[in-house]
Amino acid sequence: MKEEIIIAGFGGQGVLSMGKILAYAGLMDDLEVTWMPAYGPEQRGGTANVTVILSDRSISSPIVDMYDTAVILNQQSLDKFESKVKPGGTLIYDPYGIRHKPTRTDIRVIEVPATEATIEMGNAKTYNMLLLGALLQARPLVPDDAVIRGLKKTLPERHHHLIPLNEQAIAKGKSLVKQ
Amino acid sequence: MKGNEAIAHAAIRYGVDGYFGYPITPQSEVLETLEAEMPWETTGMVVLQAESEVAAINMVYGGASTGKAVMTSSSSPGVSLKQEGISYIAASELPALIVNVMRGGPGLGTIQPSQADYFQATKGGGHGDYHLIVLSPATVQEMADFVGLGLDLAFKYRTPAMILADGVVGQMMEKVVLPPFRPRRTDEEIALQCPWALTGKHGRDHHNVITSLEMDSVKMEHNNIRFQQTYKTIEENEVRYEEKFTEDADYLIVAFGSVARICLKAIEEAREKGIKIGLLRPITLWPFPFKEIARLSHRVKGILTVELNAGQMIEDVRLADEGHVPVYHFGRMGGMIPNPSEVIDALQSHFPEITIK
Repeated sequence: MKEEIIIAGFGGQGVLSMGKILAYAGLMDDLEVTWMPAYGPEQRGGTANVTVILSDRSISSPIVDMYDTAVILNQQSLDKFESKVKPGGTLIYDPYGIRHKPTRTDIRVIEVPATEATIEMGNAKTYNMLLLGALLQARPLVPDDAVIRGLKKTLPERHHHLIPLNEQAIAKGKSLVKQ
Repeated sequence: MKGNEAIAHAAIRYGVDGYFGYPITPQSEVLETLEAEMPWETTGMVVLQAESEVAAINMVYGGASTGKAVMTSSSSPGVSLKQEGISYIAASELPALIVNVMRGGPGLGTIQPSQADYFQATKGGGHGDYHLIVLSPATVQEMADFVGLGLDLAFKYRTPAMILADGVVGQMMEKVVLPPFRPRRTDEEIALQCPWALTGKHGRDHHNVITSLEMDSVKMEHNNIRFQQTYKTIEENEVRYEEKFTEDADYLIVAFGSVARICLKAIEEAREKGIKIGLLRPITLWPFPFKEIARLSHRVKGILTVELNAGQMIEDVRLADEGHVPVYHFGRMGGMIPNPSEVIDALQSHFPEITIK
């Protein structure tokens, strides 16, 4: 098993932390992992992306040119990464603010109205966990308990009371993906 | 954890006495992690944010003079500022560890990854005839391990060592097994292990003096001869490298740091198409694995070096190859990073007889 994933959107949407929780979940599940951010002066409003690789064998390059799965949160990222999904791969995107929908037919395209669902949940900070839920429903890469353990590892202890809320968000995200 | 964080944790665990630094992207997490870990309350390690890189390297010079295990870290423009101090530390025959998490230059350049300080690190950097032991990590694990290795080699040969990392290994996260805690050495242990150090006279019949200044040219030449003897010993004993798929390789890629991993993925893809390419990754950039590349140059049809610069290590690869087979360079500059597909394109363009895609 080897999955090369790109998560891309605006800075402030929780792109890097979503990748971090996914990477730690892989770590908890005894997988080899790499987490490589496109780092820079990107803050709220700029673009941000992170490459996460999960594998049951040692990982050579943390930088790749084609991805098994892309999680796309804005138009710029869709324009940039739609063509970088391997044939047969998966593209998950939030339709909020998307003017030109994905057009590829050789990949599985999953529309996840995460912004809408986050507004329903009433807490903007659960946005990325909702998408993580959607990703794991589409690609069951790591078991749920590993995700929770990954969350515990990345979240400072003073925020651990928020774990149930994050679990709810992950569950909600899963329910948004139709089988 | 991130490579930069691994350096900080490893420094505490290897019993470093003092870290002196000044923040600069992409290595600020070294200082940040140390401040968050507060080792002064556990191991007694000093962590100090200096007023500048120049101050930090001179604090390292002072700390090293007393036999303490001391280090600093920075990124390219900051390491340029440290060069005077590094030359003095080398000339004073002191152990110290300097970490450079390279970013794109020249000048203030960019905060994105680069390997354009290869010349600076391996050919001098500061003034005078000296060398640093230069270690090139490709994984977060090596970021941690090389703190210990760098310090051990620095003390063994009484010469400064450098970890020459790039922004990719500094910023990326992966699995790491941190070393077990090694207690900081006591003053008695330092006095015993470092009889040259400024630890107080303690009944000795002479003062220890640490200086790089010697106005008598005869004596200064003797000093230089001694330095060169040390470098020769290091060249004979401390060359480190990693070979992958070289046994049956028709072509060889030489690359260091994170770029070696990008090349390895390209090599894996080439091998799926039956094209046999091998990888030699120098781990010590100085001393450089000349003999090993020379040996392989007799077995392959051509060599490609891949670097995040305009072609620096290629000069050493060509020296090793001695014109035996063609040696080509492929590089990206200014903070750009090639992906495995670009490495394959470079292989195909320099060696038209091979078709991978």
